[in-house]
Amino acid sequence: MSEKFTKSMARNIFFGGSVFFILVFLALSFDTVQRLPERDHRENITESVVLGKKVWEENNCIGCHTLLGEGAYFAPELGNVYIRFGNSKEAIKAFIKSRPKNGIPGRRSMPQFNLTEEELDGMADFLKWTSEINTANWPPNIQG
Amino acid sequence: MTTLVKYQSQLVAKPYFIAAIGLFIGQILFGLIMGLQYVWGDFLFPEIPFNVARMVHTNLLIVWLLFGFFGAAYYLVPEEAERELHSPKLALALFWIFLVAGVLTILGYLFVPYATLAEMTGNDLLPTMGREFLEQPTIIKIGIAAVALGFLYNIGMTILGGRKTVVNIILLTGLIGLAVLWLFSFYNPENLVLDKMFWWWVVHLWVEGVWELILAAIMAFVLIKTTGIDREVIDKWLYVIVAAALISGILGTGHHYYFIGTPEYWQPIGGIFSAMEPIPFFMMTLFAFNMVNRRRRDHPNKATVLWAMGTGVLAFLGAGVWGFMHTLAPVNYYTHGTQITAAHGHMAFYGAYVMIVLTIISYAMPIMRGREANSKKAQAVEMWSFWLMSVSMVFITLFLTGAGILQVWLQRMGEGLPFMQVQDQLQIFYWLRTISGTIFMIGLIVYVWSFFVKGDDVVATD
Repeated sequence: MSEKFTKSMARNIFFGGSVFFILVFLALSFDTVQRLPERDHRENITESVVLGKKVWEENNCIGCHTLLGEGAYFAPELGNVYIRFGNSKEAIKAFIKSRPKNGIPGRRSMPQFNLTEEELDGMADFLKWTSEINTANWPPNIQG
Repeated sequence: MTTLVKYQSQLVAKPYFIAAIGLFIGQILFGLIMGLQYVWGDFLFPEIPFNVARMVHTNLLIVWLLFGFFGAAYYLVPEEAERELHSPKLALALFWIFLVAGVLTILGYLFVPYATLAEMTGNDLLPTMGREFLEQPTIIKIGIAAVALGFLYNIGMTILGGRKTVVNIILLTGLIGLAVLWLFSFYNPENLVLDKMFWWWVVHLWVEGVWELILAAIMAFVLIKTTGIDREVIDKWLYVIVAAALISGILGTGHHYYFIGTPEYWQPIGGIFSAMEPIPFFMMTLFAFNMVNRRRRDHPNKATVLWAMGTGVLAFLGAGVWGFMHTLAPVNYYTHGTQITAAHGHMAFYGAYVMIVLTIISYAMPIMRGREANSKKAQAVEMWSFWLMSVSMVFITLFLTGAGILQVWLQRMGEGLPFMQVQDQLQIFYWLRTISGTIFMIGLIVYVWSFFVKGDDVVATD
């Protein structure tokens, strides 16, 4: 690098640039948080949805599935599964309940989690609420 | 045992490096298990379901890289600061705490159902579990924060009381960022959108932010030592690289805010800034090659120089090129959450962070073991492992990219086919990926073997 471009100039770009963009990022993040209520419909987060998120987390569902495109890529996207299953909470519950304990020979299979009826309701409510988040039209189609 | 370190306390890095390599082997073993589960869906089911194997695979990666970073800091900070480490005893105590906590976590994942683990560790009190990469029980997360804090204190006191080089300042900045951002792993709101938004403050701002500072600082240290280039030149490069990393990477976070419920203005912002994220990696490549070409001495450790140059190239390809490929919103709309992401993730982590840790291990281990460089024979074996692991990782990435492109085509275009039907069509790519993974494992075994190869020590020629 040329002699005219000194070490202290480089240092100033690093510290100045970083601080500037941290501040811009914080401002944008603040703005995003202000705008989120109309996009996430938090007024619909019931106790059952909260329980559902907890069941989702405590069974490590993200270890196989994606949710809004984030997670593992071993099993289907679930952000829109409520819609894919015909807007049916019962279909979601039935699917989770019916997983064979010892899997399916030669195929991928979801484990049997032995969830209670309340937990199943919570999971279905959580996935329904998730499907109503404004995700800028993602995923491209019903398959997720 | 004889050693060539300038300061005795640098030796505390050795257990850190050994633990890192040990956990690395575990990581790849579980990677192979997952590779097989992709082709034989019921492999090890229900004993080790895919989600458990994945948790072990990714968490081991994070933990062994952290061992590598900590070890790198304990090795290079005293040498840069020109004084002994503030407290080698603390460093050793933290080593054992971190190792025991890490191993217990992995055993917990493997032998206790995850829901039971959550219950046992009191996840109800402060629920933080069950989010990708942050699966550790809350108590373990607190432990990681405590270890990081003790480590920062130790490193910070050493730097404050010694020579303040640019390498040390940048490294410390990166490590402070690592510790501070970790605190967001404790924020887990009931609202999924908020949860996801701030989850990225740990995940993205680590790997596409502060970790790049750690990477660049380690790279600069190794290049100073192996090329003999003037520090003034290295320092200038270092500042420019980390400036580019943070200027692009901070707002680059926006490329994760396209489709998770956050406003659409993140699409242009995230696109523009993350499109610049390859720049620091490209500069890193130029940096390594330039310094090596203009070297003022021929360091006898050729293997280290190879790792350093390889880090530049594969970090640029994996993090830079493969990241850029799907970072713009109109592309990401179709590729988001497919095997394309997996392809990028693999080469980016290997090229940037795995290789920089192997670079510093390659440089420091022989010195800690009493020689400036390993024997020609041992270095040849190590270089074989470099090529085996690097080339097989390139192929893993190419096959996952092939799988991803086909997946996008079949599943995301038009009406699309159901997920599992598409997966069946991708079998050939998954087989080839698993074969490449097996070669990677062979490369890793060769790597470990290189530490035990005897032969005449090489001495410096300058």
